[in-house]
Amino acid sequence: MQHPAFEEVTEHHHVDDATFKKRVRNTTILLSVITIIELLIGLAIYNIHKGENPSELLVLMFKGMVCILTLAKAYYIVSVFMHLGDEIRNMIMTIVVPLLLFVWFIGAFIWDGASYKNLRNTYDKHHLESTMPAKHGAHK
Amino acid sequence: MATTLQAQNTKWWNGGKSPFNLEYGKLMMWYFLMSDAFTFGAFLISYGSIRFSQNFWPDPNVVFNAFPGAGHANLPLAFVSVMTFVLIISSVTMVLAVHAGHNNDKKGVVKWLFWTIIGGAAFLGCQAWEWHHLITGEHAVLMDGQLNIIGQTTSVNPWGDLVSNEAAIAALSKTPHETLVSLAHLSDHNMTHEAAAKLSHDDLMKTISSNIDALHIRKNGPVAFGGYFYGITGFHGFHVFSGVLINIVMLIMAQKDVFTKRGHYLMIEKAGLYWHFVDLVWVFVFLCFYLI
Repeated sequence: MQHPAFEEVTEHHHVDDATFKKRVRNTTILLSVITIIELLIGLAIYNIHKGENPSELLVLMFKGMVCILTLAKAYYIVSVFMHLGDEIRNMIMTIVVPLLLFVWFIGAFIWDGASYKNLRNTYDKHHLESTMPAKHGAHK
Repeated sequence: MATTLQAQNTKWWNGGKSPFNLEYGKLMMWYFLMSDAFTFGAFLISYGSIRFSQNFWPDPNVVFNAFPGAGHANLPLAFVSVMTFVLIISSVTMVLAVHAGHNNDKKGVVKWLFWTIIGGAAFLGCQAWEWHHLITGEHAVLMDGQLNIIGQTTSVNPWGDLVSNEAAIAALSKTPHETLVSLAHLSDHNMTHEAAAKLSHDDLMKTISSNIDALHIRKNGPVAFGGYFYGITGFHGFHVFSGVLINIVMLIMAQKDVFTKRGHYLMIEKAGLYWHFVDLVWVFVFLCFYLI
């Protein structure tokens, strides 16, 4: 008789080859397309910075879009390539729920960094003047 | 009837079965990867915190614009996109290796593991080139009133704000002779270092002043950039390196029929999880250092 773990684990993963290949191909194409879009946005940001009067809001929106696209990529890698999507729900939750700590982690530390910047700029004018960049368009 | 229903409701937890329907090692690999995600997350968040505390941060398109063999051509993001695709493709070949393992197909496992190892090695080669290029780069930087030629290291950053030509020319008189010789060579590649060394101090200043635009002189940027970049990409590169080693061991074991005798290829699945995680981390490193 086979090892019991072996029977259990292979049982629910067993998809036929055609379905599997299609799934891998689609995910590969999806990841590649998202990466290309991300690169295009990166180049768009570069060109906005090069121009006269770069719009900070537009750059921020593009950066937000890249972040969302990256999360989509992460979702597909974990769910399809790592097969987490095929596992039992309870098991998925033991991985995903602790990761929610990142919501606080990212928010708190970014906030702290920004707060430090604002305090220093308010109370240390020399720091503000010596580190604040000139407008990008000024050096054409 | 009632007993059957109850038995079905508690199917996974009434004993005699693995409640997560997973083999022990694979479940523990998942928990290890979760903890590793927090390690990488903490590094990246620390970087983000410092970055948000700065008034200026270098534009990645300016920092990462070189390509092997392309000389001084300005190709923002080109090389890192090659690295990203290499890692995505090696992740796909790993999926195929794991799938071959499910079908107990030894030949398939060996073939796809081989390509995964090649992909990992190619990525490490790319990273070695990139680091070397950044560390040994020669950038003219205005620091403390004089010009310096520096690369990107953990103690200095050459990608501050651009300096006006007037300010740069004013700094020439305070710059040491040796640096002026190198600057003359950098500003005009037709002039060899030896030819520049023969010029007088005033001639050097004149040559550099007339070619000042070619130098793209900047102030020095935030020092933290180097430490975070090399620290985090290095830690990721170390994961790739250990992943390649694990895959090589898996390849040898598969070749020697260890898994055939065992009756299953679960080890390949665990190595595969680790390898996909390395790809997953790169997605975020790529985002934080190269895109935003």
